[in-house]
Amino acid sequence: MTSLRIFFIGGLMSYRAMFNWLSPWILVPSLIVSPICQILLFAYIGRSAGVGNDEFYVIGNALNYAAIPCLFAMGATIGGEREGHTLGIVLATPARRIPLFLGRALPVIANGWGVAMVGVLAGVLLLDVDIPAGAWPSILLAVVVTSASCTGLGLAMGAVALRVRESAVLGNVVFCLLLVFCGVNVALDDLPAWMASVGTWLPLSHGIEAARMLADGSGLGAVDGLLLREVGVGLLYTVAGLALLRFFEDESRRSASLDRN
Amino acid sequence: MRQLLHQQWVCYRLQLRVLSTSLFDGMLAVFFPLMFATAALLLYRINGDADSLQYAGLGAAIMGMWTCQGVIAASLLTRERWAGTLELLVAAPTSLTRVLVPTTMALSTIGLYCVVATVLWERWVFDLRLEIASWPLFVVGVLMAALSLALFGFFLSVTAVRYRSSWALGAALEYPGWLLCGFLIPVSSLPEWIQPLSWAIPTTWAMAGVREAANGGSPWADLAVCAAVGLVYAGLAAYLGRRLVDSARKHATLALT
Repeated sequence: MTSLRIFFIGGLMSYRAMFNWLSPWILVPSLIVSPICQILLFAYIGRSAGVGNDEFYVIGNALNYAAIPCLFAMGATIGGEREGHTLGIVLATPARRIPLFLGRALPVIANGWGVAMVGVLAGVLLLDVDIPAGAWPSILLAVVVTSASCTGLGLAMGAVALRVRESAVLGNVVFCLLLVFCGVNVALDDLPAWMASVGTWLPLSHGIEAARMLADGSGLGAVDGLLLREVGVGLLYTVAGLALLRFFEDESRRSASLDRN
Repeated sequence: MRQLLHQQWVCYRLQLRVLSTSLFDGMLAVFFPLMFATAALLLYRINGDADSLQYAGLGAAIMGMWTCQGVIAASLLTRERWAGTLELLVAAPTSLTRVLVPTTMALSTIGLYCVVATVLWERWVFDLRLEIASWPLFVVGVLMAALSLALFGFFLSVTAVRYRSSWALGAALEYPGWLLCGFLIPVSSLPEWIQPLSWAIPTTWAMAGVREAANGGSPWADLAVCAAVGLVYAGLAAYLGRRLVDSARKHATLALT
């Protein structure tokens, strides 16, 4: 019961307290205006280059932007504790680490999902993209899976933020790598082979491919393999994140570097 | 005059050192647009059209300058507020304009790093050699882009002084700038109603001038308009800066976070 309370209530409290982007003055420009503009930018580049169609860029960039809250909010809910001088207190508690940190991921997944869906909806409306009505429930599911897998990467990044102090720089670098390697604007088949290989080991790639197929009219059965692979990649990063958290926590206790800025 | 130039040089050099040693303002300001340029070039490369790739390569080289200026300039005064030095700046006998302009010039210098980094990246990674008909005119165009962006950055920095989360505003300006200034797509491909907004940004004219220089045309008309638009923003910024700072002092809101 305590673990459940830590997971749900602790996770929500931490998210609300640490992710200061929830202020409308930050949330609107960062998580509504920017994703829409990124979608428009690449849709116009695609038109100018004569490659792909608007739907391709709407899905790719909207899902890519889900990574922003997933990476930055996870970084904030862990790195923010240091700035608040509460990291030592959190890590001194006897609370089990899995519910403690995974609970923080749950609101982040919802946030990533919301950002991606705002992007998809805005892209559909602004660029007159046609997605069959029957495809929407499956797309919602694909976006949830993709957000969850990005949050796994965010957890790993948050763990690294225990050691690397520049978590904002780290988040931006990871976001850019996802943009280039995950088939966001160039299908994996059109990327150089080594880049496509790297992409398949990153979150987003399979989720984006699945969402594009669903938007083109495929059924959920046709993309279940892709979604399972996306879940697998997400789990891999989640486990790596938890292991890194344990490692860096032990390291920082040993070297008394927990609160060092 | 000598004292003014000395103050400008000292301020510029100091700010450039601060920016160059910051991972966020220095390294990331170059890396972030470079990755977007990479995504755009990968996309343009699919059809193998050499002219399109030249077009995108040229724009990609310049677009990082917008990031270096727009994103950081919008939060310049907020950063001073966070550091607790905004009141000192405002209370100093040196006007805010004389402090902000060399700072935005330092940001533009980081933008020049970005141009060089992108040109080298295009050559080494994409095997894309930019065909420039006149390198001297190309350099003049790039320098004019840097100068006019510094003036535009000055305008952004003072107009965002009351916006406590101006870093978010600056970050949100990044994609619209890339979209509107004709870096990667022709301005004429945008909806007609939005094109006047493009022409109100000096960088659009600078980009047009750079393309003219690269194609063997005369960039002077575009660069003249670029300079004029930049000066209009500088004049507006100087006026608004005084008004906004006076207002913040009157209402004791300068240091509020």
